[in-house]
Amino acid sequence: MADNTPAGSTTDGAITVGQPVDARVSSAPSYDVADFPVPHGREEEWRFTPLERLRGLHDGTAEATGALRVEVTAPDGVTVQTVDRDDPRVGRAGKPVDRVAAQAYSSFEKASVVSIPKESILTEPVRIAVHGEGGTVYGHQIVEVGAFAEAVVVIDHTGDTVMAGNVEYLIGDGAKLTVVCVQDWDDTAVHVAQHTALVGRDATFKSVVVTFGGDLVRLHPRVVYGAPGGEAELYGLYFTDEGQHQEHRLFIDHDTPHCRSNVAYKGALQGQDAHAVWIGDVLIRAAAEGTDTYELNRNLVLTDGARVDSVPNLEIETGEIVGAGHASATGRFDDEQLFYLQSRGIRGDDARRLVVRGFFGELVQQIGLADLEERLMAKIDAELEASVG
Amino acid sequence: MATLEINDLHVTVEADNSTKEILKGVDLTVKQGETHAIMGPNGSGKSTLAYSLAGHPKYTVTGGTVTLDGEDVLAMTVDERARAGLFLAMQYPVEVPGVSVSNFLRTSATAIRGEAPKLRTWVKEVREAMERLNMDPAFAERNVNEGFSGGEKKRHEILQLELLKPHIAILDETDSGLDVDALRVVSEGVNRVREGGEVGTLLITHYTRILRYIKPDFVHVFAAGRIAESGGAELADKLEEEGYESYTKGGASE
Repeated sequence: MADNTPAGSTTDGAITVGQPVDARVSSAPSYDVADFPVPHGREEEWRFTPLERLRGLHDGTAEATGALRVEVTAPDGVTVQTVDRDDPRVGRAGKPVDRVAAQAYSSFEKASVVSIPKESILTEPVRIAVHGEGGTVYGHQIVEVGAFAEAVVVIDHTGDTVMAGNVEYLIGDGAKLTVVCVQDWDDTAVHVAQHTALVGRDATFKSVVVTFGGDLVRLHPRVVYGAPGGEAELYGLYFTDEGQHQEHRLFIDHDTPHCRSNVAYKGALQGQDAHAVWIGDVLIRAAAEGTDTYELNRNLVLTDGARVDSVPNLEIETGEIVGAGHASATGRFDDEQLFYLQSRGIRGDDARRLVVRGFFGELVQQIGLADLEERLMAKIDAELEASVG
Repeated sequence: MATLEINDLHVTVEADNSTKEILKGVDLTVKQGETHAIMGPNGSGKSTLAYSLAGHPKYTVTGGTVTLDGEDVLAMTVDERARAGLFLAMQYPVEVPGVSVSNFLRTSATAIRGEAPKLRTWVKEVREAMERLNMDPAFAERNVNEGFSGGEKKRHEILQLELLKPHIAILDETDSGLDVDALRVVSEGVNRVREGGEVGTLLITHYTRILRYIKPDFVHVFAAGRIAESGGAELADKLEEEGYESYTKGGASE
């Protein structure tokens, strides 16, 4: 795989030319679903998504009939509350930017708020286990980290659901938040969510998004900076199997000076109609002098019949920056590679495992969370086990 | 003593919706400790022979036998052939994204040897083998063949030859695309392995140049899908003088 192919490489080598960020959203952000027309599928932000598989989340027909079982395990000092929508923290990180996020915002009944008090350094992670018990649900989750606090939050999604939601991360000045968000849904689940992080002065936000399951998963991680000195590291892994649609649309809004962002998402695909979409939008506004940003997406296509759309897009409105770059590449594991490895005595299934573990291993190490590393590699092995056979 | 026996081997390939016979009855016996050079013009089927022996799925064996110490090679999968002691140094080694050279070497050594080499001795073994081939240690951390120059790819192939210690090594145009310095380094690597006396070598080449560094015991001229003439090292001198013209006359070659 080439290191720096032009933006928008797809598996068949076609190049998609990135569009300006402004052209990507067909409506202005809003809390109200009525401000967004029902998408028809040709809009820039919907063109990769199979609308018919959203089960009505996009057109107002999905009634909230379902249930989630949510268990929060939190160390002492962390508060877990259920609040009404008039709570001042609700919606603070930013407005919904598309119809489904606005639908979720307009439809949720109570928001869940996990608060880590200022200056508390958690030695154990906060665990939020979300288990879908069928039907349609709209959710709103807030994670609030006080100034100079440090926390790791692990959100696990399992079970079956049709869920639209918003997640807000409010990261106080000098605080450090690491969030691991795992989509390990049943193969029938639909999950559409906007994650918005508001990064405070000199605060650090590290996000690890891991998507294995679901029929359709469409996540929209967004970063905005509240004050200078903020840092965001966004990592992602996905393993897209036969028939699955997994879409990650990132947006980093550098509107504040001297902030950093680093994005690295890697995905493997296997099976007929496995479809992964990765959109990486970075906007460096005129005021954001001293910005340092880099984004990378790599895909490994293991079988025929899978499709990748990878569209990095960097828009720069000031020359006074430290650095800005992006890379996107899609590689194929093909018969020639298999032959090469086998000709060195390596069995076929071992060869495939070697390639996939190697591909993800680098990123998993970079994430630097030891127990997560083991869990991810085990999960990757299981995904391979299920298919290699 | 390891012996590779090829008897009346016929091989076809599918191309443009038609089946084309490339190998038309190859007979050859390679014994441990011997070096056979197979020389021939482009399109004569030399590389097809190499890839067919290794079991590349593109080629279909339609007749004949190949045995290694009496075992039916053609019945083995690609990886079984390698574990039985066959090694093919490829003309165009394949890039494998995501797999570092060090991981690859250790995995294949584990597969070939039947157990994982002891880490401490293994690291030393690899480092020393790389030094002998003038390879930068940083090379081990790069992905297999990704972004390698032509010379690096060939050194990497010979590095594997040294580490995997096959019974029969097939070197498919290992000399192509190498400058004189790289050719010398690579040839020295092959000679180190040959000096052990444990390997039978099948050296496939278009040019006589490499034979100045690697002295063959036998030279075979390949033309039109079979061995047209066999002899000693002197046959290479004749080819150097006269070229392949006398073998390709009559349009037998494709």
